[in-house]
Amino acid sequence: MFKYIVKRILSGVITVWFIATATFWAMHSVPGDPLLNDKAVDPEIRKHLEESYGLDKPVLHQYGLFLNNMLHGDFGISYTQRNRKVNDIIRDHFPVSAVLGLVALLIAVVGGILFGAITAVYKNRLPDHVIMIGVILAVSVPNFVFAALSQLGILKINQWMDGSFLPLAGWGSWQHIVIPAWVLGLGTLAYLTRLMRSSLLEEEAQQYTLTAHAKGLSRSRILFKHQLKNAILPVITVIGPTIAAITTGGFVVELVFSIPGLGRYFVQAVQQLDYTVIMGTTVFYGAFLVAMVIVVDIVYGFIDPRIRVGS
Amino acid sequence: MPLYRFYYLLLIIFSAFVSPLSVAQAVDASTQTVTIALGVEPPDLNSTTSTDQSSIFILDHVMQGLLRYGKEGNLVGGVAKKWKLSNDEAVFWLREDARWSDGQPVTAHDFVYAWRTVVKPETASQYAFIMYPVKNAEAINQRGMAVDELGVSAEGDYILRVKLEQPCAYLLSLVAFVTYYPLREDYHQMKSTRYAADADDMLFNGAFTLEKWIHGAELTLVKNEFYWDRDTIRLERIEVPYITTDTSTTFNLFKDGKIAIAGLNSATIPNALENRLPIKKFNDGAVFYLEFNHREGRLTNNKNLRKAIQFVVNQNELVNKIIGVPGNIPGESLFPVWLQGRFQPFRKEFPAKRISFNVKRAKQYLATAKQELNVEELPPLYLLTGDSPGATVQAEYMQQVLKRYLGIELKLDKQIFKQRLAKMTSGDFDMVAAGWGPDYNDPMTFADLFASWNENNRGRYADDNYDQWVKVAQASSDVSVRMNAFAELQELLIEDAVMIPQYERGFVYVQNPRLKGVVRRIFGGDPSYYYSYIDEPLVSRE
Repeated sequence: MFKYIVKRILSGVITVWFIATATFWAMHSVPGDPLLNDKAVDPEIRKHLEESYGLDKPVLHQYGLFLNNMLHGDFGISYTQRNRKVNDIIRDHFPVSAVLGLVALLIAVVGGILFGAITAVYKNRLPDHVIMIGVILAVSVPNFVFAALSQLGILKINQWMDGSFLPLAGWGSWQHIVIPAWVLGLGTLAYLTRLMRSSLLEEEAQQYTLTAHAKGLSRSRILFKHQLKNAILPVITVIGPTIAAITTGGFVVELVFSIPGLGRYFVQAVQQLDYTVIMGTTVFYGAFLVAMVIVVDIVYGFIDPRIRVGS
Repeated sequence: MPLYRFYYLLLIIFSAFVSPLSVAQAVDASTQTVTIALGVEPPDLNSTTSTDQSSIFILDHVMQGLLRYGKEGNLVGGVAKKWKLSNDEAVFWLREDARWSDGQPVTAHDFVYAWRTVVKPETASQYAFIMYPVKNAEAINQRGMAVDELGVSAEGDYILRVKLEQPCAYLLSLVAFVTYYPLREDYHQMKSTRYAADADDMLFNGAFTLEKWIHGAELTLVKNEFYWDRDTIRLERIEVPYITTDTSTTFNLFKDGKIAIAGLNSATIPNALENRLPIKKFNDGAVFYLEFNHREGRLTNNKNLRKAIQFVVNQNELVNKIIGVPGNIPGESLFPVWLQGRFQPFRKEFPAKRISFNVKRAKQYLATAKQELNVEELPPLYLLTGDSPGATVQAEYMQQVLKRYLGIELKLDKQIFKQRLAKMTSGDFDMVAAGWGPDYNDPMTFADLFASWNENNRGRYADDNYDQWVKVAQASSDVSVRMNAFAELQELLIEDAVMIPQYERGFVYVQNPRLKGVVRRIFGGDPSYYYSYIDEPLVSRE
């Protein structure tokens, strides 16, 4: 097991290096650069700027510098936010995305398992149909539509209640998290519902379920005590990448709900060609995703010893 | 766990949501607090380097230069109480009661230090050029002259003497700009690269101080008790708990009573009208136009082709039917309507020659152009444009107009921000949708755009006559001479079809009726809450 973990971590490091390198070269081959502005910059002034950011050096040299700094955990200073270190940006804004993402994930997992169980239990009956229609909607409608609709809905309720039910946007209290987390988690919730449903239906056909029924166990006892444990495995598999996806994929939600998460900086950096922030956030998110996948693989082994990878 | 327990759990979670919540309201008369939203977080609050609208908005409230813009958009005394401008120098007498937010006086040395910092090459200030009218500024910034050669000196603590490179009629407007704000040496040195990185890494000398700044999330401005004109300031707090570019969100927040002012766009205007919200208009002074590529070898280098296009663009149609947002003014000239002339607005004294829509003449020009270019059929032209929905609609309108009236195929080259700029700079276009917001209150901020040496002249228009008139206006301090020169330039731009004016940008917005005294303006931070206050409600709600 120990050897396996070391091997996975090593391959993870190589993956992150590869992500960093690919991003670096892709970024530099895009036309334009971070110093371009609406108002043209005088060539002499531009030269000063290039010197102060090290852009006057050959790209290969810049790549070397970047790798060296990255090894020391330093991603440099943002181009657009002139006085801020990329490390500070990540430190300030990732926790926001993480909190939002974790609540969203909680909603998605609890909801997904719950609805999945309901649909499986009521297979081909009304609750199943209703939930599955909702699932199809949630999967196919993009989340910016849900974001706008939920916000409008809250506005109506606020107006109707002549006070504040929930805040429309902003950050700072748990009330601010509820709606954005719901919107952010909705797609995953729907996905997990489908996954849970098919996985539970598979368990329904298993011999041990038949035995349990034959022994006269109650429906809920069979479900919670026996089936769920087995059916939940595929859900665990997707949770790793999902954590990364949810905590990074919040750009639209962060914009609509005015949330100071890292997703916004990530997307804006690409639009602004803010080299240092692009590299910092990409490498950070890349490493995060890789770490999550490794963690899930390891956890998987503990949950189901039959499929301990590599042993 | 049986299923009903799940439902029970859900019920508990849901009931928790319904608990009352206290969020700041749009306006509060008892505490004189206004709550607003900001589009983007101010990227750079260091006045020696900042260039963007969001930073300038904050800086305008927390800092002050020698002069500032008053209620009517006119220049009034800031840190300076008196000034004298002549052809070769300007002298400013500073008020002795101006203080930094730590209680120390603002002195002439703070200006000397700030201006030297701006022009020093190591600062790499993009706006260093705006300091060039000051003697030796350009030589220091571009040619390595020693920084203490800068033509600015303190005589005692309260007299600032500024030597000029050449007569500068608009210097007073310049010293109100952020780049000319003061900076205190000891504080700046102490903070070093941390300066202006956070709220407690700054010193303020303006009407407000920045009390709180949570990056990306929240800013709080409070009245500066050390500000010399504090009796004029009635607002105690400006809260900015929302930072988003999403106009639907800000409009929803406005309707929910959470913010006091919100911009509208074509999507939210109908809803505002439906809700009978009073809509306000405002022009930010920016001019938008189509710029031609005048480089050798480009089709658009041909004057007759440009004239043909000039005669089929109908600005009224563009503004009223295509853009469809009230407040925009159909473009007639590079020089916008608000610029001041000798006694009256410039455009009143020197009306731009009107090019009225005329397909017949356009076709004549096109025929000549084809002869000169020696082609039967024109190859497609490329219009470089942004990727926003608004930019797309305007570009598609041009595409349709050229096709319908002239049979010219216009291909749209939609690019995101930096890529568009890269293509503009390298000249990879036939036409480009461009715009210009003024830096200072003088026609020169527009006039020198098409001078052959200007880096913002992306189409590389080069005309000796044009350059000559720009130099005349630059070198003179005589208003008549200068205005005549600008009139000549205006004429040339239209006659040569150098560019095609499209519109002068307007904004529409809604404002809480109890928020009074907001000044919208072209120069300085916009909007300005300097004179703002919150009116008591007419009827108490409780």
